[in-house]
Amino acid sequence: MSNSTQTARNSANIARHRTRAGGHELAGPHVAIPGKSEESSSGQLTAKNICKSYRKGQVAVPVLRGVDFEINRGEFAAIIGQSGSGKSTLLHVMATLDAPDSGQVYFDGRRIDNLPASARDKLRNRRLGMIFQFYHLLPELTVLENVLAPLMISHGTLSYFISRHKHRRTAAELLEMVGLGHRMKHRPSEISGGEMQRAAIARALVTSPELLLADEPTGNLDHSTGEDIMEILRTLNKRKNLTIVMVTHDQAIAEEADRIVRLVDGQIAI
Amino acid sequence: MYKLFLCKRYLCTRYIALVSIISVMLGVATMIVVNSVMEGFATEMRSRLHGIYADVTLQSRTASGMPDAEAHMRRIKKVAGDDIEAMTPTVVGPAILNFRFRGQWITHQIQLIGVAEETQNGVSDFGKYLQHPENRKQLSFKLREGGYDVIDHQAKPVGKAKPREQMKKAGWPHRREMAQLAAFNKSLEDAREAAETNADSAAEQPAGQPAGPANPFAGPSSPFKQPENVFDPAKEQHSGAVVGIAIASFRNAKGEDHFTMLPGDDVQITFANTTSQPPKPASDTFTVVDLYESKMSEHDSKIVFVPIERLQKLCGMIDPSTGIGAVSSIQIKVKEGVDPAVVRDKLNGAFSQHFYMAYTWEDAQGALLAAVDLEIIILNILLFMIITVAGFGILAIFYMVVVEKTRDIGILKSLGASDRGVMGIFLTYGMSLGLVGAGAGMVIGLLFVAYINEIAKLLGKITGRPVFSPDIYYFYEIPTIVQPFTVAWIVLGAMAIAVAASVLPAQRAANLHPVEALRYE
Repeated sequence: MSNSTQTARNSANIARHRTRAGGHELAGPHVAIPGKSEESSSGQLTAKNICKSYRKGQVAVPVLRGVDFEINRGEFAAIIGQSGSGKSTLLHVMATLDAPDSGQVYFDGRRIDNLPASARDKLRNRRLGMIFQFYHLLPELTVLENVLAPLMISHGTLSYFISRHKHRRTAAELLEMVGLGHRMKHRPSEISGGEMQRAAIARALVTSPELLLADEPTGNLDHSTGEDIMEILRTLNKRKNLTIVMVTHDQAIAEEADRIVRLVDGQIAI
Repeated sequence: MYKLFLCKRYLCTRYIALVSIISVMLGVATMIVVNSVMEGFATEMRSRLHGIYADVTLQSRTASGMPDAEAHMRRIKKVAGDDIEAMTPTVVGPAILNFRFRGQWITHQIQLIGVAEETQNGVSDFGKYLQHPENRKQLSFKLREGGYDVIDHQAKPVGKAKPREQMKKAGWPHRREMAQLAAFNKSLEDAREAAETNADSAAEQPAGQPAGPANPFAGPSSPFKQPENVFDPAKEQHSGAVVGIAIASFRNAKGEDHFTMLPGDDVQITFANTTSQPPKPASDTFTVVDLYESKMSEHDSKIVFVPIERLQKLCGMIDPSTGIGAVSSIQIKVKEGVDPAVVRDKLNGAFSQHFYMAYTWEDAQGALLAAVDLEIIILNILLFMIITVAGFGILAIFYMVVVEKTRDIGILKSLGASDRGVMGIFLTYGMSLGLVGAGAGMVIGLLFVAYINEIAKLLGKITGRPVFSPDIYYFYEIPTIVQPFTVAWIVLGAMAIAVAASVLPAQRAANLHPVEALRYE
């Protein structure tokens, strides 16, 4: 019980701190970040002492308890853990989809977990790519349109319309690359799980992100299809030097990565 | 960009949302139809009311009226001469009209109006409502030889009106025929009377003596022995009278008019003679010379026009010492573009308020016009409430759509869509639904208005009851007027309601937490 109150107070403190820092960031997002935060991050993405808990009724259930994680440019890291170990939550925090109760996330040396909402939206849209266990394609759109969605989000109506042919070409090339050139006009419901995941990869790559965050990319696929997906990810990592953080519970899949980080009960286990 | 794109997609794939459009569509269509019909009725009614009344009326408050109309008209000219186009004096009073139809006397309570033959047509649309083309140009209280309208010249469209076959013989031919019939009837009567007299005298005479020969053509009342100075109804007429058409006829459910009185018939009018105190009833016979059809049933069934000089004389309104008649009011037509209210105020300023009052045609019918306006406003409020109900339907369905799309919202947010962007999707969605609904409603409403008479006829056929019966209304068709401003107002209002109804669901969508939305199954 005392633990939960402690966490609550902690998070309140962080919230206050974040508001202040947020204001600072707003003043000049491109201004060089003060030395202190600069030196604390050397990798492309750094998570420092991340704590996160979820409320279940009156009780706060801690999910992440001071996790440190760092990945360098061009690296392919796997975070492995049992279900409930907090690996997906860590990924969400790193993707700025969720805010940590305490701790910091740095991207290219810049703190990103306390950015204002619009800056985080832009970051997710342009510099991060995400793929999910359940693919998360929009059912109303065709495969091609799903891949175009991030570009539609980043461009205004007029600017998208002007360069729509270029965007279409980019998306079509990516789909060709993942082997879906013949499925562009299909709806997600009309293609297989493996194809959906490939489409999701193409979508994640369409804005040319620097970092790909993959949440159990093979979790819903049979072994050989999963292998295909892993092949694509490995190729992207090798050929395009794309940094990949992959979360999985499958030891065999994790072993395809350069580095494995084990997460047990919300803490890194070495 | 994605907002519009997704909106379009949702619009084409979520048919449940299209259901919510239907209520908006019906609401908009109903409002357009009701407003057009009400406006049509109101405009038609206003033009009819204005047709009956002159722009401005200067009326005497006393029963004996204002003496010397000429002097009053001169004074009116001096006060507001620049604004006035025409003037005419009138005498108005209550009266009873009696006429014979197939041997039976029929009685009507009427309003008797004495009008000046030469100037009456100039002050109002009075002339337009008459049945003889010549009388429409210039009123005459002389019976015409014939040529009265058989087809109602005011019917819109003309082809819709049922021909009035009886009007073919109206005028002198009818009068001669009636006179002949009356003479024949009278001769029969006389013959019977004579026979009875003879029989009586025969009974009184001692039996055995034969009765004298009964000559049916004998006696002072024989038509063939009439003295020269006796009124001959086949060649002469009484003072003319223009009778409201609803007094002279009735219309059946098929829209056919049946006449109980035609131009050429004689009527008896009883009115108050004010020479004696208190006024006493006086009667005189008039000859119907035309029928008055303003299509306002309360006027058509009540008003009878007679020559003003005759009425003044019969009512005792002529001053015996000067020979100048008194009038009860002066009807004034103002010049084009002049506000009647201005003339009214000028006259009210110039004439003593104790003895005179001036009013415009709108003042005279103020209560009726206000009632119609109020009716339109209340109908609009009620119908707008229906659209508001449709708005709540949109709200409920949108809430459902947002719940159903929770995961998609999470996906969009993970791809970098902002809260405002997600909100924008649903607001745009609501607006496009409103646009489509209101647009479709507008088209349906306008089509309905355009074909309203055909629809009314079809409905009448299906239900077996005429929806719009020409014996109740004096129009053959439902009058409609589409006002672009009203239509625009309705469409914009419906769209505003659709957007307002989507604000709450859109806000909910915007506030969804991306991680929870992604986890939503």
